[in-house]
Amino acid sequence: MLAEKHQAEIDRILSKFPADQKRAAVLPLLYLAQHDYGYITEDAIQEIAAILELDPTQVGSLTGFYTLLHDKPEGKYHIQICTDMPCALRGAEAFAKEVCENLGIKLGETTEDGLVTVEGVMCLAGCDKAPMFQLQDDQGIHYHENQDVNSTLELIEELRRRESDD
Amino acid sequence: MSNSQVNLKIDGLDVTVPKGTLIVDAAKRVGIDIPVFCYHPKMEPAGMCRMCLVDVGTPRKDRATGEIAKDDDGNVIIDFHSKLETACTSPVSEGMEDSVCSDKASAGRKQIVEYLLTSHPLDCPICDKGGECPLQNLTMKHGPGKSRFLYSEKKHLAKHVPLGDLIFLDRERCIQCGRCVRFQEQMVDDPVIGFGDRGRGLEIVTFSEPGFDSYFSGNTTDICPVGALTTKDFRFGARPWELHAAASICTHCPVGCNITLNTRREASADGQEVIKRVMPRQNEAVNEIWICDKGRFAHHFATYPERLMKPLVRLEGELVETDWDTALKKAAEGLKAAGENVLGLAGSRASNEDLVNFKQLLDGLGGTASIYGSMAGGDYVGQVGVGSGTNLSTLGEGDALLVVASDLHEEAPIWWQGVLAAVKRGATLVVANGRPTRLDGYAAHALRYQYPAAVEAALGLLQAVSKDKKLKPYEGDGAIKTAAQVLADAENLMVFYGREGLTFEGTDALARVCARLLVETQHTGRANNGLVAVWAGPNTQGAWDLGLRPDPDLRKRLEGARALLVLAADPAGDDAGLGDAIDKGIFTVVQELYLTPTARMADVVLPARSFVEREGTFTSGLRRVQRFYPAVEGLGKARPDWQIAALLGAELGLEIEASRCGQVFAAYAASAPGYSGLNFTKLAESEKQWPPVGDSDLYFGGTAFKNHHGIGVQISPACERGEGIDIDWIDPPAASKTDGILLVPVDQLYDHAMTIRPSQVLEPRLAAAAIILNPKDAERLKVAAGDMVEIRLNGHVDEMPVLLEPGTPSGVALVGRSQGLAIVDPLDVEVRPAS
Amino acid sequence: MTEHILLRHRDVDDIDRLDVYRKHGGYEAFEKVVKRQSPQQVIDEVKASGLRGRGGAGFPTGVKWSFLTPDVFPRYVVANADESEPGTFKDREILEHNPFQFLEGVAICAYAAQANVAYVYCRGEFWDLAHALEARIEELYQAKLLGEKLFGTDYKLDIHIHLGAGAYICGEETALLESLEGKLGQPRLRPPFPAAAGLFAKPTVVNNFETLTNLPPIITRGAEWYRTIGTEKSPGPKVFSLSGHVERPGNYELPLGTSFRELIFEHGGGIPGGRKIKGIMPAGASAPLLPATDEVLDTGMDYESVPEVGSQLGSASIIVMDDSVDISWMVYKTSSFFKHESCGKCTPCREGTYWMYHVTKRIQEGNASAEDIDLLDSVARGIQGKCLCALGEFALMPVISGIEHFRADFQTHIGD
Ligand SMILES: Cc1cc2nc3c(=O)[nH]c(=O)nc-3n(C[C@H](O)[C@H](O)[C@H](O)COP(=O)(O)O)c2cc1C
Ligand code: SF4
Ligand code: FES
Repeated sequence: MLAEKHQAEIDRILSKFPADQKRAAVLPLLYLAQHDYGYITEDAIQEIAAILELDPTQVGSLTGFYTLLHDKPEGKYHIQICTDMPCALRGAEAFAKEVCENLGIKLGETTEDGLVTVEGVMCLAGCDKAPMFQLQDDQGIHYHENQDVNSTLELIEELRRRESDD
Repeated sequence: MSNSQVNLKIDGLDVTVPKGTLIVDAAKRVGIDIPVFCYHPKMEPAGMCRMCLVDVGTPRKDRATGEIAKDDDGNVIIDFHSKLETACTSPVSEGMEDSVCSDKASAGRKQIVEYLLTSHPLDCPICDKGGECPLQNLTMKHGPGKSRFLYSEKKHLAKHVPLGDLIFLDRERCIQCGRCVRFQEQMVDDPVIGFGDRGRGLEIVTFSEPGFDSYFSGNTTDICPVGALTTKDFRFGARPWELHAAASICTHCPVGCNITLNTRREASADGQEVIKRVMPRQNEAVNEIWICDKGRFAHHFATYPERLMKPLVRLEGELVETDWDTALKKAAEGLKAAGENVLGLAGSRASNEDLVNFKQLLDGLGGTASIYGSMAGGDYVGQVGVGSGTNLSTLGEGDALLVVASDLHEEAPIWWQGVLAAVKRGATLVVANGRPTRLDGYAAHALRYQYPAAVEAALGLLQAVSKDKKLKPYEGDGAIKTAAQVLADAENLMVFYGREGLTFEGTDALARVCARLLVETQHTGRANNGLVAVWAGPNTQGAWDLGLRPDPDLRKRLEGARALLVLAADPAGDDAGLGDAIDKGIFTVVQELYLTPTARMADVVLPARSFVEREGTFTSGLRRVQRFYPAVEGLGKARPDWQIAALLGAELGLEIEASRCGQVFAAYAASAPGYSGLNFTKLAESEKQWPPVGDSDLYFGGTAFKNHHGIGVQISPACERGEGIDIDWIDPPAASKTDGILLVPVDQLYDHAMTIRPSQVLEPRLAAAAIILNPKDAERLKVAAGDMVEIRLNGHVDEMPVLLEPGTPSGVALVGRSQGLAIVDPLDVEVRPAS
Repeated sequence: MTEHILLRHRDVDDIDRLDVYRKHGGYEAFEKVVKRQSPQQVIDEVKASGLRGRGGAGFPTGVKWSFLTPDVFPRYVVANADESEPGTFKDREILEHNPFQFLEGVAICAYAAQANVAYVYCRGEFWDLAHALEARIEELYQAKLLGEKLFGTDYKLDIHIHLGAGAYICGEETALLESLEGKLGQPRLRPPFPAAAGLFAKPTVVNNFETLTNLPPIITRGAEWYRTIGTEKSPGPKVFSLSGHVERPGNYELPLGTSFRELIFEHGGGIPGGRKIKGIMPAGASAPLLPATDEVLDTGMDYESVPEVGSQLGSASIIVMDDSVDISWMVYKTSSFFKHESCGKCTPCREGTYWMYHVTKRIQEGNASAEDIDLLDSVARGIQGKCLCALGEFALMPVISGIEHFRADFQTHIGD
């Protein structure tokens, strides 16, 4: 249960907002839930609604609107390659395609071992360092810039090693 | 020209409207239809659909002087804005000139229709809304003949998405206008549906458990401008143009919502009219254009197959079918034999005409006609009830509302909605109850007392502001004082009192205290001020106005009776103790729709028509006398109650009007104070109401029906008519202190009454039969949620599962009425785990 | 320009450390206003500087502050760090390397607005940077530069970070406020403007990240100094994000009014591979495409001059395309972007972007007919002037300008 496990963090988040504006804490709590459960589960929605005294619909409806929230289990790691126009001008589409080919998947799919989902996303404000992507995992989101296919595949290998070590 | 009025021109027509009016409404006032989808005149504008685009021009002002600039001919120069504006979000301004039909505006709207249709399935021929669909109409009017959008690129979406038990969504038809979402959010504060996803994926979603769960959900289908939202009850039921409409009044609670019964001839009913749906009928002073889901979906009881078709008489211990003559003769004989010892009991479903004849009958017999019910105070309401012209939707800033011992959300949902709206407009709400209810969240002061001390709480409010020397000054806590002051200082004050946790005497005392509070704070005799009783049924106030009273101790009274005439009531079903009393050889005649437990004990059972099969009038809780009309043929040999009473009278040699309902009413009205001058014709009068609904511009107000058959007449209370007020003082009944569990019957909207159970659509929504405890008490009693407990009550033992609700006061158990427990008044009971 | 006013980390090492920042004059401006100036004086100074919002619309910052409804409190300041416009990465660099100047700017703005709470709304993707910023805010509390009784006065200020969760529309200020309140980030109707009813329905100032970063130097050095940079109507320095087909993509801090040519060819090193420049998107995806004519290249990048040649400066994210670029592809990319990012609230944007995406895709895939180019143009024009917020308006600009200037690029995809 989020409420028990993260009491201090939830209190800290709530303290940022006026007491009658608890709803403002919904995105931070959704991140918290995603961190704990891997994605936004039905239970998480109910829990957050209870904590913030909201209707579950006011919580759950956000997951489809915001792209960083995932409402179903996918790869543990999301490699989100910017394939938007500025990056594409600098080869991002070809880069994405090649990375995927090496992994035996198509853009938007998850590797067979269920570890990595590779997606094409819109501009990440890293256009001058294309090709670039962000890695979203349960710890957060980190940028990887000036990438090439090899460096990316190496990173994925690294992730795999990390997993098998655990 | 007053300062608050604004003059402008729309399509060349001169328009004068109050400042702040939106262009779309201003246009509507002079008969110009600007198409809208997301805008609804009852809700805040959203400006989302962009359908209402118009050309807006404003007078040019000289930069330097601020003066309005004129051309050489002295004409005001109008600058049209470079962009089209949404008429639903733009308020009018002095000198404005708007063009709805300019080429630019027409082209703009045409473009919007085209965009809306890119994803629309155009399945009008099979759509429930087909024939009453704004999008369909606008497409015919403005739409392009041919789609420029490739069919293969259309988004194909789910077409039968149950949002809950009652409402279905067709995702392809939805045009994302958000009316439903905003209705749930703004109007009834149940945000159980929302928008999910984004862009073209934007869709209506719910994550609530269980789904679209709101007492008001059906209204969203009326204001949905396309066929995206449909009710489980009506979807695929009929095409709108096949339907006939009959004006009626909802019978489920004292609000008296105006409704329209839509019927159609059906082969399955031998070509007879069958009710297909219940729709709100506009009455801005009662229900505006809304009704609750109970009113909309519970109508099946009226046409339930188990309805009584023929009179029954008891022969050799069995009830057997017979003809009217035999039944009436037998009934008359039995009643006559009892002479003065005849007791008449009339339930609140009985119309004024039923009651008039019923009373005449009992008067003729020398017996007593009484109200079947456990709540008092209707006579005080008659004296200091709300003044004529009262309209909840006009209360706001500076006004106050007090609600005591009632859970309006469950008992009278449309009043609940009205109170909520008044609070949103700035009215101050004070709520007093023994437990938290859904009104607390909107109350400036939510006062909590220990059951059954409602009277003490109200008395505290009175003492705190009373100048009456005979009353003790208030000595309790500050919350009551502050609350009382707010009530006293309010410009207008309406007080709603109920019966939760109270006995008959308790409600009597409560009503007196509330009445005195109104009198002492000078909130009587004018519109939007006065006392309102939250009765259990549609016409209890009418019965009180007629002079009928409930019997404070019915069981005792039954013990002394030799004959009983029951009209639309089921004492044996409500309370096994009363059943026992009736079963002791009282000659009983019952006028009913079904074979209720009481009817089963009767000697004669006379089949009555339900409200959909007859006409009559009800007097609502706000004392508005309203007419209802027959929608379908009477079932079997059933007759309206007023006629049955007259026929019984005829057998007994009494002359009671038996052929014209209107005559019964008119004769009564002529002699009843407050009702004088009323007759069926007068009650059938309507007036122009805002917003317009039911015209060709369905997109504006939705599919609620226009009121052609009468908005009724609100009758004045005695004090307004200059009659003296006579409410003497009694000491509140002493609360009995107990150490057991006080079992408090509470009202639930979806209870298990016969008026609901036959509705299959409502079945999953029925309140669970359970006894509600707070977790601490449950622990003390060693029971957990879901466990069965034994409840000892009046010598009977019942079993029920436990439901835990932290808000329940300690030492109290709540149970819904009509959940099978024979309980009318709060009682001390023994609760223990079932063996 | 030799000195960096905004990208100061390029001149001063380790300025992302509070001690270094303070050693170089950091927090003197905030101390000065709190101790010696009234909020009104600050507003007047900023008005006098001519600072214009760097979020895209170029609205005069001081004027915006003066619209706050008088006497209604609490008030809020919200820093817009949602930076999501394709090709824009200026706020991010400052956030990463010169965070204290931004935070000081937030503080000055809050003081001027008489707000005691400020929120920094960062796009969710800036997760790492936002967490780093949170640590820096903590340092400020330690250093008593945030919190109660600042500089011994009664003024108090809290700054909180709030992370978005992936939605371009949340850069639009009212959508941002909705998102911050925990709702879907869909734009609000205006009026009321945030200055009257913003966050939690209270008077609110929303300013772009870079706008706020301009404040400390304006306060320290004065409006008059500030006006010596840039043009008369568009004063001050600007960080231009340069991307696409240039030798040295990146951020360049230059005076407003600097020409496209100077940015692209002098600072950016020109077009790689000896190719020729074909077109420029001067404001990311959100303004008309400019064909790279001499007239355009010699146009000054400021809020007045760019409109004169038919586009907008917007967030000043200059995307350069060489002559290998098929403009119909570019239009397909921007259309994909807007279809993906439309919030869906209003009809023309929701349906129009979806439709444009499909037509541009069809053209890309060679499945379109000659009429489809006109259809695309007409669908785009149909959106014009009808949307609730500017996103829908943005979406049609690359389409209309692309067809207008490079129709041939579309025609090559049409089979016969
Ligand atoms: C679709 C859309 C996206 C926007 N995105 C951003 C953004 O990412 N960052 C930003 O500062 N302003 C953005 N804006 C502009 C803001 O609405 C607002 O004008 C700005 O934050 C005001 O700050 P300024 O006056 O300092 O520029 C966007 C506007 C629109 C219509
Ligand atoms: S223009 Fe687009 S982003 Fe803006 S409100 Fe309309 S749908 Fe939403
Ligand atoms: S925008 Fe005006 S009715 Fe929808």
